[in-house]
Amino acid sequence: METAELKVDCSTLDSKGAKTIHLPLTEDAARSLHAGDRVFINGLIVTGRDKLHNYLFNERPPKKRIPFHLEGSIIYHCGPIVKKTANRYQLIASGPTTSMRLEMYEPRIIAEYGVRGIMGKGGMGEQTLHALRENGCVYLHTIGGAAVYLADRVQKVLDVWKLDEFGMTEAMWLFDVKDFPAIVTMDSHGRSLHDELQENSYRELKKLVRMK
Amino acid sequence: MTDLRNAIVELYRTAASSLPSDVDASLRHARGKEEKGSNASAALAAILENIRIARETGRPLCQDTGVPVFFVKIPCGVSHLAVKSSIVKATRIASRTIPLRPNAVDVLTERNSGDNTGNGFPVIYCEETKGSSIAIDLMLKGAGSENIGQLYKLPMEEIGAERNLEGVRRCVLDAIYKAQGKGCPPYIIAVGIGASKDQVTRLSKEQLLRKIEDVNSHQTLSAFEKRLLRDVNRLGIGPLGFGGKTTALGVKVGVNHRHPASYFVDVSVSCWANRRAQLIWKLQS
Repeated sequence: METAELKVDCSTLDSKGAKTIHLPLTEDAARSLHAGDRVFINGLIVTGRDKLHNYLFNERPPKKRIPFHLEGSIIYHCGPIVKKTANRYQLIASGPTTSMRLEMYEPRIIAEYGVRGIMGKGGMGEQTLHALRENGCVYLHTIGGAAVYLADRVQKVLDVWKLDEFGMTEAMWLFDVKDFPAIVTMDSHGRSLHDELQENSYRELKKLVRMK
Repeated sequence: MTDLRNAIVELYRTAASSLPSDVDASLRHARGKEEKGSNASAALAAILENIRIARETGRPLCQDTGVPVFFVKIPCGVSHLAVKSSIVKATRIASRTIPLRPNAVDVLTERNSGDNTGNGFPVIYCEETKGSSIAIDLMLKGAGSENIGQLYKLPMEEIGAERNLEGVRRCVLDAIYKAQGKGCPPYIIAVGIGASKDQVTRLSKEQLLRKIEDVNSHQTLSAFEKRLLRDVNRLGIGPLGFGGKTTALGVKVGVNHRHPASYFVDVSVSCWANRRAQLIWKLQS
């Protein structure tokens, strides 16, 4: 049986084999990351999913109208559960959502807003892979469904944009994260582990269909 | 019905924060099979840790608390409308107190109702039972895995599927191949076969209520389920799509009679977080 095991030299996401990265990332730093690298992310990231991507893509607000610095940051495909207490936002759960839904929007957003990372789950397609290469950006895969584990890697919910308009799930949240774990699965050198895995599974599929 | 309503709020809490023990055990087993040091093994370690934290803190184990789907069995003489009303009220309370993520969006205005209630939301299926208790099964169906489900109308030339179990096998392989890691594997895969589109989608959902270790009472289907599980795991997609041995934890198949001209196959998929819980509500006599 042929499986596309992605070899790495550590047994858990907390191990020493991972690279620690601090945001904002420079273009060189983003280009120094390769598919297969495990990373711990530190610094400020923003969330954004369907409505936010649709808005940035269609309305094209200039950078100065967005209250957070997207340049060098990471857009996290995530619609969190946030509880508002008297004077702060308490993060309950914040795992990734399926990134592929945002495929048609992402290339232009990467190019226009200068983000250096896109994080989510399940990988993205050809257009995004191309945009990663053109602009110096990476796709980071984190753990789908591990929502409380990942929420506990967010030190603080600092702010939110478009909460009234888009609602809790679809708003842009600003998170300060510490040692937030992810794996680079698409890099700026044209490599996508998702594509490689799909090619392997296609070969298996053909074999399985031949034998009745 | 206030007591029943409160019990349904607790049912929501259990389903959202406490993964069923059979799924938990199956994930532990899967981790043992993955190569040490692999991303698949690391991802499963994070998942197991997540399950533990959620159970201990009562927080929802996934931020997508999904579409609540209720399968309710109601004894003769008890009002279905009253039970449904209790479910809707409980949904509003649970959304606020657990909390659940508000997921009910008006298609025309794009407004989120804020409390997980709306037209056909939550999904509630009621049927009469001969028993003397109300039995409520709740499934919190995440959208990532719901989106990778597929409905097939056989025969289907593109995937070489004729109207037989071999054709059904090809449907399942096609659906999971197309899904890759997008719906949070390891998956629990459910199949419904029958005469009409609406019926097979419900039938497949019902299969997701079966425990992982549950063996189909029909011998042919039991063997078929085992075969499908073995085949799907050969695709090598692995936990979270990182590659590896466990793409699915289980495959469950349900069949109804079909029309001579129709052969519908629905493939419903659950993510690893197959959140289901049951409430048996004894009626006072």
